[in-house]
Amino acid sequence: MQAERKSETLTGWLLAAPLTLVLLFFLILPIAMIFVVSFWGATEFSIYPAFQFDNYQFLFSSPVTYQVFAKTFMYAGVTWACTLVIGFAVAHFLAFHVRSLTWQIALFLLCTIPFWTSNIIRMISWIPFLGRNGIANSTLMELGIIREPLEWLLYSDFAVILAFVHLYTLFMVVPIFNTMMRIDRSLIEAARDNGASGFQILTNVIIPLTKPGIMIGSIFVVTLVMGDFVTVRIMSGSQSANVGRLISNDIGLLQYPSAAATAMVLLATVLIMIAIMLRFVNIRKEL
Amino acid sequence: MDERRPRSFYLLAAFFALFILFLYGPTITIGILSFQGPEGGLTFPMRGVSTHWFEELFRRQSVGDIWGAWRRSVVLGLMVMVATVVVSVMGGLAFRKRFLGSGPLFYLIITSLIIPSILISLGVGLIFSQLGWDVHWATSGFGSQLTWTLPFGLLIMFAVFNRFDRAYEEAARDQGATAWQTARHVVIPIIGSSLIGVALFGFTLSYDEFARTLLTAGSHNTLPLEIYGMTTNVTSPVIFALGTLTTVFSFLIIAVFLIVAITSQRRRARRGSDAGQGMV
Repeated sequence: MQAERKSETLTGWLLAAPLTLVLLFFLILPIAMIFVVSFWGATEFSIYPAFQFDNYQFLFSSPVTYQVFAKTFMYAGVTWACTLVIGFAVAHFLAFHVRSLTWQIALFLLCTIPFWTSNIIRMISWIPFLGRNGIANSTLMELGIIREPLEWLLYSDFAVILAFVHLYTLFMVVPIFNTMMRIDRSLIEAARDNGASGFQILTNVIIPLTKPGIMIGSIFVVTLVMGDFVTVRIMSGSQSANVGRLISNDIGLLQYPSAAATAMVLLATVLIMIAIMLRFVNIRKEL
Repeated sequence: MDERRPRSFYLLAAFFALFILFLYGPTITIGILSFQGPEGGLTFPMRGVSTHWFEELFRRQSVGDIWGAWRRSVVLGLMVMVATVVVSVMGGLAFRKRFLGSGPLFYLIITSLIIPSILISLGVGLIFSQLGWDVHWATSGFGSQLTWTLPFGLLIMFAVFNRFDRAYEEAARDQGATAWQTARHVVIPIIGSSLIGVALFGFTLSYDEFARTLLTAGSHNTLPLEIYGMTTNVTSPVIFALGTLTTVFSFLIIAVFLIVAITSQRRRARRGSDAGQGMV
């Protein structure tokens, strides 16, 4: 028995060796490196090894840090709420209202195809819609709803959140749809036979059973938004900043130690949020 | 089956249609605007219809080295695709049995998926510069992209193997098949069509990957990096033309993968025996 377990462990690690090596060199070592460099010092042109807390001290004493983190949480919170509502409705429609499997697969694919295309292009494609002379403004003006073009449509927090919702709702749809498809239909029939209304079935049967999917989708959306720096830059026209942009600005100025310190704080924040969310779901059981 | 649809069906169907419009509307808009006349701008109205902005893409000086970038992105995509399929299948096989340390390794995979991409970019860039190595899209860029594609490939493989009936393998083994024969003639054919899915993820996620390649691609850009650079200094519909072309290319790739997946599924159904289908 002992020998068998040993050989199982050996086969397991042999098969997992390529995976482990990739993760070791391109995930663990980079994080370790960032951790080390976050204590280093920097001149205008170079960085030098040191062990000082200056980077963290500066980070935590600057009011900008708190504003930027607050904004990042705001983006994550609003995007999460929007993607959850839209994603749940879409998944509910696909899982319970579309009756043939072929149609379910076809419509599901229709939702997922944009995921395999370029995010940057999908962001840029909002410009003709939201711009000063864009479709949204000209339509509203023609309808007589507004007189002056709205300035806050493009290059604003509104545009940032719209782009996030556009890019990431899919990450809610897929896991929620997946869990909904596994709900035993006889449970819903039983509820109906006992006189439950459509709304009661939704709140007492479907939502509780869909919770794991909701949690997985939430983890995806929250982490993607927390770590983003491209969407905020393009959609806010460089007028707003989140933590990711703070890091990428420091990188642009070759201030790697300061970028590393911010990155460590961001990583810690994200991991804490994930740890809290993981308390509600066992991912390995959901695959 | 001809039970009347409740009102909620029509409400949700309308909502779903709006969602699809929301997903595809902007892409279709830039598709139309990329045929803008030579005098036209980034928004409607169309000032004539022309292929001017597509032609502009072929004039080297005006837009930088986008064709070189495109070639690099395709090559890198293929490299990442092959690596993702091989490593994910091996990883999937490894995780079929719980082995010592499989728990932490699983959480490492999840970490790889959820870690802010800029950390990979920054960390890998720092390691290479401190070791005195040059970052290059085919080395540091390749590895960084794998941290993004592998979790998707592995999650698909976990899902596949969780639904895999081990009786097939036992049957093969009982009839004297070696471990390799079982893998080659039983396991791989059964999981074959899901490998196409893993390959699709590997190629397309790499082809469009941006954040993890930013500091790890070196002096030769991949296409998404080139497009990102263009967003800051190009203010003509040429960027829409490029967007349309690369989106069409993505759609073609997805279509090819879907067609291969469907035909392989059909072939499997045709060539599979009727064993286990019962007597009816």
